[in-house]
Order: sequence, then C-alpha cells, then structure tokens
Amino acid sequence: MAVGNVFTRGFFKENPVFVLLLGLCPALAVTTGLKNALGMGLAATFVLVCSNLIVSLSRKFIPKEVRIPCFIVIIATFVTIVKMVMAAFLPELKEALGIFLPLIVVNCIILGRAEAFASKNKLLPSVIDGLGMGIGFTLAICIIGIVREILGAWMIFGIPITRGGMAYSMKVFILAPGGFLAMGLLLAYFNYLGAQRARRLALAQKGIHEGKGAPAVDTSNPTVQTINSQNMIGKTGAGPCNLCPGCDKPNF
Amino acid sequence: MEQAVIYLKIIFAAVFVQNFVLSKFLGLCPFIGVSKKRSSAIGMGLAVIFVMTLASAATMLIYQYLLKPFKMEFYLDIVSFIVVIAALVQFVELAMRKLAPALYKALGIYLPLITTNCAVLGVTQLNLEFAKLNGITLTDCLLRSIVNGVFAGVGFTLALVLMAGIRERLESSPVPECMQGVPIAFIAAACMALAFFGFAGIA
Repeated sequence: MAVGNVFTRGFFKENPVFVLLLGLCPALAVTTGLKNALGMGLAATFVLVCSNLIVSLSRKFIPKEVRIPCFIVIIATFVTIVKMVMAAFLPELKEALGIFLPLIVVNCIILGRAEAFASKNKLLPSVIDGLGMGIGFTLAICIIGIVREILGAWMIFGIPITRGGMAYSMKVFILAPGGFLAMGLLLAYFNYLGAQRARRLALAQKGIHEGKGAPAVDTSNPTVQTINSQNMIGKTGAGPCNLCPGCDKPNF
Repeated sequence: MEQAVIYLKIIFAAVFVQNFVLSKFLGLCPFIGVSKKRSSAIGMGLAVIFVMTLASAATMLIYQYLLKPFKMEFYLDIVSFIVVIAALVQFVELAMRKLAPALYKALGIYLPLITTNCAVLGVTQLNLEFAKLNGITLTDCLLRSIVNGVFAGVGFTLALVLMAGIRERLESSPVPECMQGVPIAFIAAACMALAFFGFAGIA
C-alpha cells in the first residue's frame, strides 16, 4: 500500500467520525466551539501517533491473548502525559475538556488503529497512519465545532461574527440536543454528497459503455433522458435531479 | 432524612437530569451501534449496569486505599482505572459463563465491548468528585459512588431502550434516502435530548 494513501485515506474516504462512526462521544461533547474541538483533536492525534509508534515497535513480543490490555495501558500512559502537560500549560483547555480528556483512553479510534493497523505494520507506516487518522478526526470535529459555534453562539473561535452585539444564534446548538441535531444533519449531508457522486460516476460509466467518451452533459441526450425518467419513479419533491453536472432542472 | 434526600438527588440526576447518553454524550457508540433491536438493547443495558456498579465500587476502593495514601491520584488514576475495568469485564465474563450460562449467552457479545464503553470510565471519573467533597466519610463516599454507578447505568439503559423502540418504528417509515440509518437516528436522539432537557429545570 502506498504511503500517501495510508496518510490521506483518514481525511475523507475513511474518515473516522463521519464514515466509520468512531469516537462519537468526544465528537459531540467537546464541539461547542472551535477552540475546544481543535484542542481535543490535537490531543487525540498526539496520543494516536505515539500509541501507534509504541504498539508497532512492540508488536513482535506482545502475546496475542493479552494484546488488548497491553494496548490500553500504552494508550492510558500517553493520555496521562497529555493530561499532565495540559494541566501545566493549558489549564483553561483542561477545564473545558473536563472528563473527556481522560476519556481519550476509550476513544475507539485509537484502540481501533492499534489493533487494525499498528499491530500488523512496520514503524513508519504506523506513525503515518496515526497522523493521517488523527488529522481526519481533528478535521471532522472541527467541522462539527464550526457549525455548532456559528449556529449556536454566532461566533468563530470565540470572536463574534458581526459587530455591535447583534447575534443571530440558536442557542440549542451549543446545548446537548443541538449536538445530536448538528451531527445528524451533517451525516445526512455527507450521505447526500456521496450518493450524488456515485450517481454521477454510474452515469459516466454508462456513457463510456455506449461508446460516448465523455459523461453526458446536455439534456437533449437520449440516454440521460431515459435515466431521468427512470429516476422519477417513486420520487417526488423538488430539488435538482443531480444526474447531470450543470443542469438545474427539478426532479419531477 | 437528610441522607435520603441526598441519595434521591443523586438518583434523579443520574437517570434523568444528567442522563449519560442524552446530556453528557457518554456511551454514544453502543447507543448508536446496539439500538437496532429492543432485545439486544436490553441485554446491553443490563450488562452495562452490572459492570458500572462493580467498577464504581472497585475504583473508589482503589482510589481511597491505594492512590490517595501514596499520593498518586493525579498520575495513576487513568491507568489504574482502565486496567481495573478491563480486568473486571474479563472476570465478569468468566464468572458468568460458569455461574449463569443463560445470562452469559444472552449478553455474550456485548460483554467484551463494555471495556471500551466510555460511560464506564466516565462514571468512575465522575465519582471522584464525591471523594473531593469536604467532610465525607469513606463509607458514605463509597455508597454514593455505587448508587451513582447503578443509576447512571439505569439512565443509559433507559435511553438505549427508548432509542431502540424509536428505531424499530423508523425502519418502516418513509425516511428520505440520504437520512436513512444513522442520520435519522441522530435526529431522533436530538428530539429525545430536547425532551430530557426539560428535566434540567427540576434540579
């Protein structure tokens, strides 16, 4: 497997939060603002990289039967290091993260990567995998953090968006129910984007099979119209049909 | 009488006001992962109550009799607690296989999963707040932790079973294509969390 692929797959294709649905607790609990989300993401990335490193180095002499407790102890050690460093230099952030700082230990992403990747691979790929997955996690919780902070507090990174005390905020988004709501809507949006891309790819492939080099763009093309009419079955409701890039015709 | 009020407050907070799943975001992975069927949700919930109770008691004892006298509570709490929980889960699994094979079969796959359930480590960390209270006796502290552990588990089970009921109905309802599965489950959880948020006024 190419090193570049190991590094980048955690960003979007195998994003731990949005695609694999791992590490949901910190992803919802500390994302009331971008600052906390970033802090949490960086802390988890540090633990992920270090634990992957040690697990990969010791993979040859950890007996298979007790590997999970061994991994957990390795992870817990690094979490303790993060906790102590944060208590010394970033006490505010430590307060904000609360019990979710020690709970990095049971973040499924970290144990999952140790078990699925680092315990089977050499040092360098393991570290790169940890870094990539950590960045993917940070990216995901920062997206949730931005959405919730803008909608819930009308701020970005603790700075108000508009001056003069005007705030267009829905407070529910920084409370507990808003976390679930934002996560559900974001997941639905990413599903929608994925489905749209898959449909476009299928269409492009169909065009190639019928001897047309490029994916069909104009609506006068008979192939597209057949698919369009097939697509109509059982689907009502407005919105672009998404079948052909650049076409805004509604789907009914 | 005063004691009873304190315990009632702890119980009500653990089950409703500070519900682990819906207001503290603890244990979300099983909440989304194991809530497709009501029967498995009940099994998972029972296993979590069981382990949480034992873990609350065991970690509080370790904290009071090992970590605190040797002044290690800041450095070794995470490591020792997670090891205790992992060992406890393993032990419960072994004991249950021998003593209650029927229950073991029912819980089977969910037991090992509990080690990485953040609700369990979460409750042990939250119990530490009792230990930091002034003028509290050791037995009182231990008892409060255990009560908190049991009823946090009950709150988790309540949320899980309610969610499973909702999701069984969602299966047969016309959900938009991109919302099917997990996204709509999160939206439903948001509505439940809003309802539970109403309890906050009582405290």
